[in-house]
Amino acid sequence: MDWFTSHLDDVWELLVTHAYLAGVPLLIGLLIALPLGWLARRFSWAYPPLIVGTGLLYTLPSLAVFILLPGILGTRILDPVNVLVAMTVYTVALLVRTVADGLGAIPDDVRLAANAMGYRPIRRLLGVELPLAVPVISAGLRVAAVSNVSIVSVAAIIGVAQLGSLFTDGFNRDFFPPIITGIVACGVLSLVFDIVIVVVTRLLTPWTRARTAS
Amino acid sequence: MIRFESVTKEYPDGTIAVNELSLTAPTGKITVLVGPSGCGKTTSLRMINRMIEPTGGRILVDDRDTSTIDSAELRRGIGYVIQHAGLFPHRTIVANIATVPLLLGWDRAKATSRALELMERVGLPQSFAKRFPSQLSGGQQQRVGVARALAADPPVMLMDEPFSAVDPIVRDQLQEEFLRLQGEIGKTIVFVTHDIDEAIKLGDQVAVLRVGGTLAQLAAPEELLARPVDDFVADFVGRDRGYRTLGFRSAAFPTRAEPTIRLGADPSDARAATADPWVLVLDEQDHPLGWVERERLDGPVNREALHRGGTVAPTDGSLRQALDAALSAPSGRGVIVGPDGVFVGTVRARDLIEPIEASAGHQRVSTPEGVGVVSESKAD
Amino acid sequence: MINDIVSWLGEAANRDDIIQRLGEHVGYALLATGIAALIAIPAGMWIGHTGRGRFAVVNISGFARAIPTLGLLYFIVLWLGPNLSGDLAFLLPSLIVLIVLAIPPMLAGTYAGIDEVDPAARDAARGMGMRGSQVLFKVEIPCALPLIFSGLRSALLQVVATATIAATAGLGGLGRFLIDGLSVRDYPQMAAGAVLVAALALAIDLVVAVIQRLVVSRGITGRHRTRRDRAAVRSTDDSLSTTTVTVGTVN
Repeated sequence: MDWFTSHLDDVWELLVTHAYLAGVPLLIGLLIALPLGWLARRFSWAYPPLIVGTGLLYTLPSLAVFILLPGILGTRILDPVNVLVAMTVYTVALLVRTVADGLGAIPDDVRLAANAMGYRPIRRLLGVELPLAVPVISAGLRVAAVSNVSIVSVAAIIGVAQLGSLFTDGFNRDFFPPIITGIVACGVLSLVFDIVIVVVTRLLTPWTRARTAS
Repeated sequence: MIRFESVTKEYPDGTIAVNELSLTAPTGKITVLVGPSGCGKTTSLRMINRMIEPTGGRILVDDRDTSTIDSAELRRGIGYVIQHAGLFPHRTIVANIATVPLLLGWDRAKATSRALELMERVGLPQSFAKRFPSQLSGGQQQRVGVARALAADPPVMLMDEPFSAVDPIVRDQLQEEFLRLQGEIGKTIVFVTHDIDEAIKLGDQVAVLRVGGTLAQLAAPEELLARPVDDFVADFVGRDRGYRTLGFRSAAFPTRAEPTIRLGADPSDARAATADPWVLVLDEQDHPLGWVERERLDGPVNREALHRGGTVAPTDGSLRQALDAALSAPSGRGVIVGPDGVFVGTVRARDLIEPIEASAGHQRVSTPEGVGVVSESKAD
Repeated sequence: MINDIVSWLGEAANRDDIIQRLGEHVGYALLATGIAALIAIPAGMWIGHTGRGRFAVVNISGFARAIPTLGLLYFIVLWLGPNLSGDLAFLLPSLIVLIVLAIPPMLAGTYAGIDEVDPAARDAARGMGMRGSQVLFKVEIPCALPLIFSGLRSALLQVVATATIAATAGLGGLGRFLIDGLSVRDYPQMAAGAVLVAALALAIDLVVAVIQRLVVSRGITGRHRTRRDRAAVRSTDDSLSTTTVTVGTVN
């Protein structure tokens, strides 16, 4: 506790960086996964390659990706952009399938009713299908958020500073307080992400609340 | 034979699902348990093979107290068909059907040939043998469910809403085939449904249960329609029960001669045959084809000119079929055929009233005791 | 970069090293996943079959996901390491972490697989006179295999990835190339090591996927279907795979 109180500023700074490195890729990943997921659902030929491809990306161990990306992107190894790109890739890998499934889980009669009322495909997607898929997509996003927070800390091994630095620091000095602080801070950050996603989901889907209230 | 002797099922929270139920399901007959949800019909059924254990009373299957038999052994000797078929998705159709024989230790070849034989029996093509359940429609899956229950040739079958999950046309077809099959195999069947029409169609006897798991009435279907014991049963049996009773009554009724013409006849033949606006058309084998309107004929009688609205009733059919034939015919004359489908004559609705009244009166006179007595004596 | 990697991989001097490290890595992965499977799969089966303890599974797997792998690794190594001597001090703590991380995905996968078996199939199995163990082995486990396998695959990937990281805590395996290369700024060695690790992860996943394909009944995977019905039933297939996402996350 002493260590924690005397390093409050450092921990806060690392926490903010960690939130940035884990959070921004969630948003970018979601924006990329939405059209890809729609594509996989809309054209049945696109489904297997997209799902298998993103699945393969997901099998790549994070440390390997952090090391290989600079060579691919032409960035320096310590550049945080590597982490942002890697986390975006993982987010996309996780969400494409979720988006495709979410859109696929919409009842056919809803789709037909929207057609019958004169919705054009794009408007139907944005006005009807996407809102109805929000709960499923949100569940996938929550998994991605928690997973991102954990994976980002691995980047401390190659020297990118964030909460993971507390782990390497504590380990190198044979000193528990930073490690425990880091674990707790990661847990708190995961929780905050989770709460934000849940709240936003609720705001976007008032009808699910009406159902539980009645 | 299955006997319920004061069987009760009370849950730990005090809910009584089945209360002092006593009834007998006779050997070789279909006994239907019917009632609204919460009447304990499924619980009663599941107590027979001890999927649910009774808390009071006992159940005897062929005079053996089920509680004295090892539950798995007991179940292997009782066919079991449930609403969603419950087929094993990882096994082929033939392997699904062979389940119980293999549990009983039959050798694989014998179990397989038995399974193939049953597929034929329930109307499934042999080409389905190596398919998986997910490749079959709901109705086909339900046939597999029935075949699977019959695989080890159990004397007793339990069927829990087996036809409720399929669409009405398929359901009708499955019911007909089920009755035909039962005609061949004569199992002792307990059948649960919430659908009174299904109960009346399939049951040799029908037990109506009320919420709380008590027996309201146990009777043959026609009796249930004719004499419900109380308001609950009357309500449950529903509207039109007087009319529906006719479906179980047959009586001799007079048929009239009817002038007929053949397919291809000229309009002049039709005019010569009768002065009536409607003429009945027969084919070469004297099977009725339909009615034509004399005045509308402008050439030889062809199939397009036939009015096909009318139903046809057999001479040995129910009064309901005869009456329906009369009411549905454009001429007002119901077409009656012999057992071979050959035209016999026609009947008017007014000619049927007397036989209908007579048959109803006959039933009234033959059982002068109160209706309550009837059901009590049956519910021993 | 590619040239560097290829030439590093091609150097005769590195060949024995690569084979040794690869063998170690595969050994850790199989050992840790094997021990974890012996714990997680029977436990998941028991919980799924009896319905007891499902609250615990959901919470354990949720909680486990929120703990950062690196923090857990260093915590356990620092905690247990000083109590052990020799090679064991490097090996055992890391191995324990690998086992601990492999348990939740397999536990959740097995539990979810058994739990999601069609209740009608289970009811029919009992109603036809199968005993408890027969219901489990003849019906529930075969039907649960897809999710058991996805739990296993998640666990293997998790273990392969974490074993790489554990090189920083003295564990052998392919991670050594990454970490040793990092400390001497030898990028070709790091990158080659990263490629080897990635290739190993893909290869292991592929092998298990092939085994899964051979073991799981076609009646469950739906691979017998024609192209046309496949679209119609896709939603059911996918509802299963959505669960695989929640079964575990890797890296």
